[in-house]
Amino acid sequence: FSSTAAKHKTERVKVHFIDRDGNKLTANAKIGDNLLDVIIENDIDIDGFGACEGTLACSTCHLIFKQADYDKLPDTPTDEELDMLDLAYGLEDTSRLGCQVIVTKDMKDLEVSVPAAVADARGPV
Amino acid sequence: YRRLYCGNSGDFVPHVAVIGSGPAGFYTTQQLLKAHPKLKVDIYEKLPIPFGLVRYGVAPDHPEVKNVINTFTQTAQNERCNFIGNVSIGTDITIKHLQKAYNAIVLSYGADADRKLDIPGENLPNVISARALVGWYNGLPQDRNLEVDLSCDTAVVLGHGNVALDVARILLTPTSTLSKTDISNHALEALSKSNIKKVYVVGRRGPLQVSFTIKELREMINLEDCRTIIEKEDVSFIGSLTEELPRPRKRLTDLLYKTGCNPTDNNLIHWSKAIREWQLKFLLSPTKIVSNNDNRIDSVECVKNRLEGDDILNQKAVSTDETVQIKCGLVLRSIGYKSIPIDDAIPFDQKRGVIPNENGRVTGVTGMYCSGWVGSGPVGVILSTMSDGFNTGKLIVSDMNSGLIPNIQKSGKDGILPILREKGVNVVDFKSWEKINKVEVGKGEEMGKPREKLTDIQQMLDATQEKS
Ligand SMILES: Cc1cc2nc3c(=O)[nH]c(=O)nc-3n(C[C@H](O)[C@H](O)[C@H](O)COP(=O)(O)OP(=O)(O)OC[C@H]3O[C@@H](n4cnc5c(N)ncnc54)[C@H](O)[C@@H]3O)c2cc1C
Ligand code: FES
Repeated sequence: FSSTAAKHKTERVKVHFIDRDGNKLTANAKIGDNLLDVIIENDIDIDGFGACEGTLACSTCHLIFKQADYDKLPDTPTDEELDMLDLAYGLEDTSRLGCQVIVTKDMKDLEVSVPAAVADARGPV
Repeated sequence: YRRLYCGNSGDFVPHVAVIGSGPAGFYTTQQLLKAHPKLKVDIYEKLPIPFGLVRYGVAPDHPEVKNVINTFTQTAQNERCNFIGNVSIGTDITIKHLQKAYNAIVLSYGADADRKLDIPGENLPNVISARALVGWYNGLPQDRNLEVDLSCDTAVVLGHGNVALDVARILLTPTSTLSKTDISNHALEALSKSNIKKVYVVGRRGPLQVSFTIKELREMINLEDCRTIIEKEDVSFIGSLTEELPRPRKRLTDLLYKTGCNPTDNNLIHWSKAIREWQLKFLLSPTKIVSNNDNRIDSVECVKNRLEGDDILNQKAVSTDETVQIKCGLVLRSIGYKSIPIDDAIPFDQKRGVIPNENGRVTGVTGMYCSGWVGSGPVGVILSTMSDGFNTGKLIVSDMNSGLIPNIQKSGKDGILPILREKGVNVVDFKSWEKINKVEVGKGEEMGKPREKLTDIQQMLDATQEKS
């Protein structure tokens, strides 16, 4: 039993990130990790990604999914995730915060894109 | 030939001086170090302590936001980066000095002055700028001894931004919760004796124009022991408008509408047990702070506004001749920050309170750049400052590669430190900050909190002398 459990734990799938320059960066993602963990573990270099370290206090881990992939995600975003997403640049209907999305078996060859971090006008403090 | 300017060939090492160690300074530095293999950055900071408003602005009950400090620390520990703290640019060292020693200068010294209301009564005791109150509860040396009288039961916060909600929330959060944060002990003690039961958060415009973000509003609605009051008549009209709004504004407007007109059962149960409350007030501009005989605040007098303009999100407030009085004993002004000029060699837009620039290049001065609030004005969260800092960093390296900044070998800090030594300025480097950090964390541990900040510059300097 323990050996299958251990094997299960280290099961991985390939996940691809399309960076801001259009490059495809491929990661070996551990099932059960979130997509921020995946980026850190695989040393994927995206400027400023994950500034709050997965605590739902920034929106730098913003990722955009394809509609079909988005619809397949096991959980829908919480209000708190949507609140942070609302501050992200380039928000789409299929946006999620990477630190809140857990890798599952079904995500084999998933492709998500990192939106451009362009500043836009914002209200005063 | 690009290689002439930027390649690994040749021995040319560009030196960049960054002024201010907040998010703008650190994110610009991070990008500069990444975009150029040899370039060196010296970060000058007025205080002996790095991190700007991440340490002295971000509320103590938002520790997650401060995680960015870990990335900044990595940047500071890069061998091509030096932190030079306790040096006030414009006073201890001039921009002229820096221009001699550096190929490029980045102004990222933030916006630490606050805007005034310019109304009668503004100078009464207990009319306080939110900026100062934030500095007080966050242990900023200059605000450590701020006199705040919390013996009254009602406070008015003027402004509808995130800082306004931050100060309202700190005034209303149970001190048993605050005591587990890095809030400064002097503030915690004062707050534990506070009598404040009600906070009005007053804005000049309507519910469609608020500039706080939804996360901060939701936090207020869910605040322990505290009831939210949003009058139905103030928000009922926005219910039918939300569908047309862009998503962030739509969700925020929806939450305002629901809270005012259609609160959930959870809200109602939570609020029914509340012992404190806050109320959002719209369409009011303060005209006078009224005092009673003994020079204490009696009330804030406001004129009622109506909104004009076709763009519903950008309507202007126009005053009517109707007035209202809000009784209170404490007034917090939270109507915005602005920058101040620090040196005559830097162009400055007095009216807007920013350094004039085009995408980060300071107007009219070669080799001078700005990033963060000093150039953009006090708008946006750390994310926007990050993207600004990255852009400025990239721009500088591209200006070096294109030859816009001449590649003359400069001295960097070696041309500056001797001047500081001669003047008797006690420079604090990053290792010294780490000693201060250790002392603070140690003090915090004894008190059951993550950190107790040193609030006195001399204490900080003494801590740098401790053996590690
Ligand atoms: C009360 C408050 C709460 C906030 N809370 C949040 C939050 O929860 N989440 C979020 O994302 N954003 C928050 N923000 C916004 C965030 O703090 C800013 O976006 C960001 O700090 C701006 O960065 P900056 O580097 O331009 O300025 P600053 O952070 O102000 O940094 C400027 C630095 O320059 C130094 N300096 C000034 N003058 C000189 C001089 N003459 N010589 C040398 N150094 C000098 C200052 O000491 C300071 O360290 C908050 C802001 C405030 C005011
Ligand atoms: S890393 Fe900050 S919200 Fe995901």
